[in-house]
Formats: sequence, structure tokens, C-alpha cells
Amino acid sequence: MKKKRKLLLGDEAIAQAAIDAGLSGIYAYPGTPSTEIMEYVRISPVAQERNIHREWSTNEKTAMEAALGMSYTGKRAMVAMKHVGLNVAADSFINSAITGINGGLIVVSADDPSMHSSQNEQDSRCYSHFAFVPCFEPASQQEAYDMVSDAFELSEKYHVPVMMRITTRLAHSRAGVDMKAEAEPQKKIKLPDDPLQFVLLPAIARKKYKTLLSSYETVRLDVRISKYNSFRDDRKRDLGIITCGIAYNYLMENINNRSLRYPVLKISAYPFSNDIIREITDRCKEILILEEGYPLIEDKLRGILDNGIKVYGRMDGTIPRVGELNPSIVAKALGMPPTDIREVPGVVKTRPPVFCKGCGHADTFNALIEAIKQYGPGKVFSDIGCYTLGALPPYNAINSCVDMGASVTMAVGAADAGLFPSVAIIGDSTFTHSGMTGLLDAVSKNSPVTIIISDNMTTGMTGGQDSQATGRLQNICTGLGVDPAHIRNIVPLKKNHEENVTVMKEELEYRGVSVIISARECIQTASRRKKNTIKDH
Amino acid sequence: MKNDIILSGVGGQGILSIAAVIGLAAVENNFFLKQSEVHGMSQRGGDVQSHLRISGKPVDSDLIQLGKADLIISVEPMEALRYLPWLSPDGWIITNSSPFINIPDYPPVENIYEEINSINNSIIIDAGYLAKEAGSARTENIVVLGAASPFIDIPYESLESGLRKLFGRKGEDIVQMNLKALKAGRDFAVTKI
Repeated sequence: MKKKRKLLLGDEAIAQAAIDAGLSGIYAYPGTPSTEIMEYVRISPVAQERNIHREWSTNEKTAMEAALGMSYTGKRAMVAMKHVGLNVAADSFINSAITGINGGLIVVSADDPSMHSSQNEQDSRCYSHFAFVPCFEPASQQEAYDMVSDAFELSEKYHVPVMMRITTRLAHSRAGVDMKAEAEPQKKIKLPDDPLQFVLLPAIARKKYKTLLSSYETVRLDVRISKYNSFRDDRKRDLGIITCGIAYNYLMENINNRSLRYPVLKISAYPFSNDIIREITDRCKEILILEEGYPLIEDKLRGILDNGIKVYGRMDGTIPRVGELNPSIVAKALGMPPTDIREVPGVVKTRPPVFCKGCGHADTFNALIEAIKQYGPGKVFSDIGCYTLGALPPYNAINSCVDMGASVTMAVGAADAGLFPSVAIIGDSTFTHSGMTGLLDAVSKNSPVTIIISDNMTTGMTGGQDSQATGRLQNICTGLGVDPAHIRNIVPLKKNHEENVTVMKEELEYRGVSVIISARECIQTASRRKKNTIKDH
Repeated sequence: MKNDIILSGVGGQGILSIAAVIGLAAVENNFFLKQSEVHGMSQRGGDVQSHLRISGKPVDSDLIQLGKADLIISVEPMEALRYLPWLSPDGWIITNSSPFINIPDYPPVENIYEEINSINNSIIIDAGYLAKEAGSARTENIVVLGAASPFIDIPYESLESGLRKLFGRKGEDIVQMNLKALKAGRDFAVTKI
């Protein structure tokens, strides 16, 4: 077949491959570094022509479940999220392995080692093993593209969802990708042969769990897994090197630059057959293992006693225990002589991210800081989004940022303990993602909390995706049972400062649930919209 | 042929447009390319960088090794210095002169120039002035790209056609303005080599 070549981010290569594999729907909640997968499908003319479902979901759990629903009908579906999003989707993810799938289902989880834009650096490979789900971990954009069609086939052959695990550097790095000239047709609706397949009553779940465990063993030998795990022997057998995913690139950078001759085992698909590990451990005296993420294979290779073959990796300090890899870390692990490296001069200062000039969150914080001053510090719980920057100077205005929605529920818990006032400040999209249920908790026991929804009418931090909250916040809060007299609407502008402070002071004093919706459009999306309007005329 | 380039600046200053132009030009010449970008939190006024690697042979690592970059192209002077550990001993720094001051402790800009000038292979260019001359302050990043162009092993015409591809949608006026900006940067740089 004739091929086309295109420069694509790792994220985009996955998206393009899914379209080319006959995808019928993709579901996602934005999160760095996974956002561009959905964004690519959203603007793809082919996706439009084929009417591929490509609307943002409210959170990762609803996305995962909707994708499973599409798979139920026999069509191919993809769900994409950042690594911590998989925590939100974990319930449905793990049970989807037990129900199994009907149409092929790929779960993309984009990890963020070094926490460039995240709260932790958890390794999604742990989840795939935990759920007994096969996992692909591409080393390159091309491999990411190629793996997607194999992942769909594998998913359908073994009736399990398949994970694609990528990390920041692949997600956000661009390279030329050869792609199919034409997309495969979408699957037709064909419901599961067994009408009880998706019914996890205990008696059914027990049977299906056994089936899952046995297929996790047979899948090891499938060619779609084994072809991505390759051993290349060489003559310097004092050291064998195992790489996982993108670590392979950093190794090859060093090997090709210096013509090193170490045997290399490249692992990019799990669960692998243990025989391929023996290929390298039988030949080499010592092993260096390079994993982007947790020392997962390293831990297994060492075992509890760690008295077998000598292993170098993250657990003995050869590689730093935390943070992402890079070619310089790998060079050092290989014992390369250090290169002369210039230092960053003292004149260079750190430049942390800041609110954009004119950002509404800043005005909301300015009002809150003044309104809450009389109660002393330590009363404000916050959440995940641009407004987390309220933690930094000059604001120093928030005391928590834990996970999506936690501001509301932590404020409730602290109020239960007697903290007064107890305040949550949360973004609109984060509120609909996971804040609404916490607000229901607050309402049902009339907690004395003040919830400020800093509504910029978009999902700002990830680049301005649609927010499910837009135009709905008033009704959601009323519907959940908040007293309409204590749902206050303010517009965070400098000229409204005094008025906004007054509203906040009133609601801070109220000994029940109050919600302040502080709404002004994100200035980034507003200026983009303005530009587009001009273009349209 | 091999060019390992660090692009640096502050979120929103347009380093990804520079990367895109070089990328399009590299593809036109059938070079291999990997380009790593920063998305997410830092884009909100923080420091941002992109590793751009072009080669006649397939590129392995998406990231450049410390001490191996041939070129630092920066649209902000302090940001040029942040990536010095990546610069190879005979590498070049091409940077805009105008500081982007959004932190309280931004150092006196003369101290920054002094550090940059202490590196043999460096060019500081007043891209803001040249961009205005070319027709729009918004072409500042393209002026800096023009100044870096003599150090990139891609024909200048390919960079021009990269600009046309990138800005073509926005109309011929925008394209011409950017071509002018590119040339202004290049003309300045060739007098400094």
C-alpha cells in the first residue's frame, strides 16, 4: 500500500493511527501530556467526514465508561487521559478487563515523570499489570503509530482492553511518521454473543476473572506483543542493557555516537515472555536496566533477595531514583567520561509560571485575600488548574492542591473539625469533573463552607478546551440543593473589587453552604475567539 | 549534516513557530527530525524550551545531550543563558536583546549581556526594532530565526518556503512581513560572523 509521511507529535501519531484503524469514537478529559490526542481527532477532516465521536467528557471515568459502551456495540473506541486521570477512571478500567470488550478498546495513559505538569509521577504500567491488561510502550512516534492497529487487533482477539503507555517526551515530541494511505472502514454494530458478558454479578465475575488470568498468560506469546520486544546481541557481553519504552532512544543515542557494542534488549510490550529476559541474562554477566518511570522490571529482576545476576538501575543509584531519563543520565550510567559542561550563570533567575496579564483568577484571589484577612491564614483549600498559581507569591493565597475536586471535600472535612471559615476555590471545569459530588456532601449535612467557583468558561491550563460547566453552574448548584440566596454571582474585574470583597465577606460569615460563582472568560480563549471572529468576517 | 538546536524563551513568545518553520524546511530537504516541545503549566509565562534535532541520518534521542547543542536560539536574553549547560564548546548563541520582565528579581539587563558576550560565539540582536521595521512587532521571533539562519545547515530558501507554508493561511501580507523579518535578522547576523 502507498504510504503518506507526516510530522506528528507522539500524541498525534496515536490519534492518526486510531483514525486509520477504523476508530468510531474517542473519549477524553484534557490533561497534560495527553491532551493533543483528542485535539488532533477533533480537528481531523477524516474524523469529521466519518462522524467519529470526539467530544470532551466530564472526567476520565465518564470517558472510560463511554468508551466501554462503544466497545459493547462492537465498534472500536479509544479513551485518552493523563496518568492521574487513570486513578479517576480506575474503577471502570479494572472492571473492564474482567467484563472484557467487544469492539477493540485502547486506553491511552500519558505519564509525566519529573512532574512537569502533575502532582506525582506514577507509572501506568503498574495499572496495566494490576488489571491484567496488555500494555504497549512505544519508543518512537512511528512505533506509537504502528502499535495502535496491533493493539486494536490484540484487544479484539483476546477480548481485553489494551493500554498504550506514553510519557511526556514522546507525547510532546514531533517526528516524521509513515502512515497508511487510507483509513480502514469502521466496524458495524454487532452486540456481544453472550448477553451476560458485561454483567459482573459475583458468579459471573468469578468465571470471567479466571478467563482474564489465563488470557494474560497466553497473550505473552502473541506475535503482536513479541514483535515489539527485540534482543540484539553484540560482542561486549560483560554488560547487557534492558530498555523500556523511550529509554531505548537515549541508549541508542549513546551507542551510535560512540560505537558501543553492548547486547541490548528493547522492551516495548507487556506482558512479555520471560524467555526474552533469559536471552540477555544467560549471555551477559551484569545487567543495566533503563526504565522511564518506576523500576518495575528492575524490581522483578532483583527479586526480594537480590542475590542473582548483578543489576544496575534506579534502585542502586546508578540512575536517579526519581525523575525522567535523558541521554546524559544514560551516558553517566554507561560510565562515559563526563563532558565539559558550562554552568548556568548566577545572573539567571527562576521564572515560574504566572497568571496571564488580565486573568480573572487574579482578581478573584485579590478579593478573597482581602475578604479573608481578618480570619488569619490557613483557611483556603484549592484545586488543580491555572488558579493553583494562587499558591505562589504575591498571592500566597491557598493551602492545598491535591487532586481534582479535593478542594470542596477537604473544606467540608476541615469544617467538620471546626475550622471556620472553611473555603474552597475551584475552577469551573474541575468543579464539574469531580467537585459536584463533594458539594452534595456539603449540602446534605449543611456544612459551613464557602465554595468559590472561579469560572473562566474553559479548561484553561491545558489550552482552552470546552468546559462542561459553561452556562450550567447556577443550575447545577441549585439542583444539588444549595440555597439560591447563597449562590452569589460576581464578575472578577478590578472595578468590581470592593463589591466582590463585600459579597465574599457576607458568605464567609454564613454558617451553611454558600457558593460564589466568580465568572469571567479566560483571556486566552477570549482573545482567540476575537481573532477567529475577525477572520470569519 | 547534523544540527542540534535549543530554542528558548518565555511561554507565549512564539518559539514553537520558529520550530515549525525549521521543521518544515527540514522536511522539504528530506532530513530526519525530532522536536521536543513544552506544553502545559510552563506555557503560562514560565520559561519554555524546545529541543530541535535535524540530521541526515535517523535521530535517536528526542532530547539533546548536555554539552552537545550546536545552537541556542532565544527570543529572550536571560532565557538564552538558562540552557548554557547544553551548548557545545564551539556552539553559538543567537538571542534577542529585549528582556521579558515578569519576575520581581529580574537582573539588570547589562549583566545578562555581559554574560552572553563572554561567550565567543554569540550574537545579540535587537529583534524588536527590526521587527517593527519589517512591519510588525509580532515578527520578533522570525527576526531571531533569520539571525540564526546562517548557522542552520538548511538552504535559506527552504526557511522562506517554511514561512510561506506556516503563514500562508493568514494571507500574503503576513507572509511578506515575515519574509522581510527573516531577511532583516539574517542581514544583521552575517555582519557579525
